[in-house]
Amino acid sequence: MGVRSGIRHALWIAWKDLLDISRNRMGLVMLILMPLFMMGMVGYIFPSNSGMSNVPVALVNLDAAQGNASLSTKFVAQLNALNNKTGMMDLSTVGSATDVKSNIQNGQQSAGIIIGSNFTSDLKTGKQADVTLVLDQSNPQTASLIETQLTQAIEQMGTQTATYGLNQTYKTPLNYSLAQVAPYNVQTTGIVPGQTTNYFEFVAPGIMGMVVMMSLMTGLPHAISFEREVGTLDGMLAAPVHRMSILGGKVIAQTTRGMMQGIIVLALSIVLFGVVVQGSIALILGILLLGVFSLVGLGVLITSFTSTEETATMIMMTLTFPMMFLSGVFFPISQMPQFMQVIAQFLPLTYTISALRQVVVLGVGVPAISRDIVILFGFGIVLLSAALVAFEHAMKR
Amino acid sequence: MADVAIRATNLVKKFRDFVAVDHLSFEVKKGEIFGFLGPNGAGKTTTIRMLCTLSSPTEGSATVAGFDVAHQGDKVREHIGLVSEKMIMYDRLTAYENLRLFGELYNIPRKALRERIDELLKVVNMEKWADHQIGTFSTGMKQRINVIRALLNEPEILFLDEPTLGLDPQSTNEIRDFARSINDDAGTTIILTTHAMAEADMLCDRISIVDYGKIVALDTPSNLKKVIIGADTNVIELDVPNITPTLVSDIQSLSCTQTVTVEDETHIKVHASGDESCDNVIDAVRSGAGQIRSIHNVEPTLEDVFLYLTGHEVREQVADKVTTKEPSSRHGPRVQSRIR
Repeated sequence: MGVRSGIRHALWIAWKDLLDISRNRMGLVMLILMPLFMMGMVGYIFPSNSGMSNVPVALVNLDAAQGNASLSTKFVAQLNALNNKTGMMDLSTVGSATDVKSNIQNGQQSAGIIIGSNFTSDLKTGKQADVTLVLDQSNPQTASLIETQLTQAIEQMGTQTATYGLNQTYKTPLNYSLAQVAPYNVQTTGIVPGQTTNYFEFVAPGIMGMVVMMSLMTGLPHAISFEREVGTLDGMLAAPVHRMSILGGKVIAQTTRGMMQGIIVLALSIVLFGVVVQGSIALILGILLLGVFSLVGLGVLITSFTSTEETATMIMMTLTFPMMFLSGVFFPISQMPQFMQVIAQFLPLTYTISALRQVVVLGVGVPAISRDIVILFGFGIVLLSAALVAFEHAMKR
Repeated sequence: MADVAIRATNLVKKFRDFVAVDHLSFEVKKGEIFGFLGPNGAGKTTTIRMLCTLSSPTEGSATVAGFDVAHQGDKVREHIGLVSEKMIMYDRLTAYENLRLFGELYNIPRKALRERIDELLKVVNMEKWADHQIGTFSTGMKQRINVIRALLNEPEILFLDEPTLGLDPQSTNEIRDFARSINDDAGTTIILTTHAMAEADMLCDRISIVDYGKIVALDTPSNLKKVIIGADTNVIELDVPNITPTLVSDIQSLSCTQTVTVEDETHIKVHASGDESCDNVIDAVRSGAGQIRSIHNVEPTLEDVFLYLTGHEVREQVADKVTTKEPSSRHGPRVQSRIR
């Protein structure tokens, strides 16, 4: 039996598996729906930075001075003007400070702005005017985001007012006045110009890696144990087919399936979630394939040690679940506790995702991710060698 | 040597402490239909699996078609066909696609393969169904495709492991006829395992009776039946409308009685030895107030042979109806199906 007939056998077995997959309508639908759900879920559950819009905010103006002399009306107008530009808040005016509280308590509003009663008089007598932000403590994440955003907005308004005052009082040019009031102009920029951080762009490569991994890790043991259980594997084993051809065929079929799902995720992130891929698509697919290679061994190893599909699937689930969270799919690894970071280093998926992220978000080429590539290759070779020995042994039981 | 299809020498297969196959030695001649007969768990399938290179022997050796199963697995596989207990087919593939897949795995050239598939489909009257998915077939139809799948490579040796299990009587007969014709026409050696005694009797040239991983007897069906007659054992069937447990134990306690089987509500089958055995049994029934409607000596079947040789029934589900003189010592728990 030559290498050529070995490859031919593997391709025939892969053809059979893919034909089988393609004729399973429900399975095919799930193949597409699964990544869609994943993307949708992750995309909508986690708040993205730019996603703060139309936050319901209660506004109460307690300023004693009203009418033309009131500076608070000016403040409110300024706030409205700013809000019209950003669409950040959904402002509604309420009667009193207690209203603000009760509205937040019953969930009508997420935050409140209270303009102090001495607003105008304080400003006119050269004091700072009080503006109070009321936050919803039951939702710390949103609260802190709103706090940051509102504080920024109000500071910006303060700067505007001060610049204008300087300009009016000393007749200094507006630019100069601005530089006096706010001498530091902070600008943020990513590696890729013109891009702000987008949680989707962080998550999309992770999900891509994860979906391909899950597909392979659950698909492979299923494909082999299932055939063993129903007895069809015996048909191939009793034919003059090399064990490696059977394994190869299975791996080709499952990889194809996984890659298809990966591509669906990629397409969805671009079309539905506005992810801009900075690097080359070919490189992304290449990394996905390498990621598959790094994990195939693990899949085969587990298949070899378990005799039924049920146990194989259970072990796979137990392994893939922590991998999902530890490989930095959803949260950056650097934010994890030290101990977990150490574990993450032993997971091939960590490197797949990190490489994918760098290519998708930062648009780097091969040299920048060479370390990940080498490590993935290493994982692949070590796991696969162990797996082949175990598989050969398992088929003889 | 040339006329030997299979030679097994002291084959042993152990699963941990459980000995599934215990030092089996036998030879199968070319062109023979050789039967393995025995209850579930007797080690028939395990033996077949070792001969098909699906499982490696713990000890001993075997040659199949002249090749060693342990060291020349590929060669062995080229010369055999396997119909195992579980169907080797993919439900979502059509009959033709299934056959083509396996044909390709046997490296049959494309054109020859197409002709072979068409020819085999015609033989089993399935050409109309070639392009239908296997999943839509009845069990009988599936089994026909399954059997011709094993014949794609024109094997020298065909293994049929319980080929009629779960089939309706018509399909069963078709498969049996087909097996016979393959053997007649192509001279294919067939190894048949079954627990259906009638099937073994009907098809096999020689039968080895296996129990607890050992060959208890190996001979032609007619010779096997002679074992009983030669051993001076009568098989007596009584039609007694009022069978009671006391009656059964009375017969059992006779010195001439070997085994007593209650076949149904009115029939008892007794294996007994000695010239007076018939009289003794009748006396026992009469003194127990049993009414004998009829009594006759029956031609021993393979089931009787099995019972005689092993002391227990072939079909395990009726084993509890059998009462033997010595409580048959079970060798620990029977392992369900094969452990793999």
